[in-house]
Amino acid sequence: MSRYLIPLMILGVLAIFFARGLTLNPGYVPSPLIGKEAPSFKLPRLKDPSLTLGSEDMLGKLSLLNVWATWCVGCRQEHQYLNELAQNNVIPIYGLNWKDDRVAAVNWLNTLGDPYVASAFDGDGRVAIDWGVYGAPETFLIGQDGSVIYKHIAPLTNEIWEMEFLPLIQKHCQKFSCSSGDLE
Amino acid sequence: MTYRSNFLIMISCAALMTSIVWAIDAEPELESPTLQARYRLLINEIRCLVCQNQSIADSNAPLASDLRREVREMITGGSTDKEITTFLVARYGDFVLYRPPFNARTWVLWGAPLLFLGVGFLVFVRILRVRGNQPIDEGEGM
Repeated sequence: MSRYLIPLMILGVLAIFFARGLTLNPGYVPSPLIGKEAPSFKLPRLKDPSLTLGSEDMLGKLSLLNVWATWCVGCRQEHQYLNELAQNNVIPIYGLNWKDDRVAAVNWLNTLGDPYVASAFDGDGRVAIDWGVYGAPETFLIGQDGSVIYKHIAPLTNEIWEMEFLPLIQKHCQKFSCSSGDLE
Repeated sequence: MTYRSNFLIMISCAALMTSIVWAIDAEPELESPTLQARYRLLINEIRCLVCQNQSIADSNAPLASDLRREVREMITGGSTDKEITTFLVARYGDFVLYRPPFNARTWVLWGAPLLFLGVGFLVFVRILRVRGNQPIDEGEGM
């Protein structure tokens, strides 16, 4: 009997490792920015390059920073949901237009709707590197103190909003007491 | 088709592929050969997060090219290798390095080979013992 013990134990350990390893999503790399101050930036706005958009503009309220581009298929998938969030005034959404063509990007917002308070134009992707962006769409939840609360990689859906974002927002608002307009 | 012409086609395909490999980093070499050598070493140690089994030296993803530009600029700007890896880890996490540092999150990763070596050694010793206890002419030769 004991001769089977060791192989069985090894099998057990392997099973645990595989059960964990094979169910993880290798495309999801946790961000080291969570809980830290959001990287500061200042970029020309997408629609009006004479104006700037920066991390300072996002202070004082809970907000989202959504990294998007017209070449990004997932961005198109989530766009309708972002429109809904904006129409219902759930939370202010700022855009980071990542390595995109300005004309194409403005055109996209004009045809699909513009859910953003404003979008920053990051043509050479330097700000995106500071934010550790690697795969659009990415959505950061930013606290009113300018800290990164959460990062979601992949298209945003109502399900993800309710399962992942809302509990964090509630927890954050218990600590920092959000003003009534911040969220539903 | 003869073997010979097949062979020629294979060779030319291989030749075409190498030209693609060389074209990934389209930037001219750095002026100083020492800096260029450091640059080559570094970009082979940094993982491209878009195509995770390639280094940023091997990947033609736009992000890889942006990160190569970043490394290049930091090297010419006088940053040390340590400063560059710290810069990248602060943004992308330990995963961006092919050789992540030994810490609370990575000790299993670094320790596992030693553990397996130990287990293998124990099994080996056990087998030797079992065999050693058997009379020689009755041994089955596991």
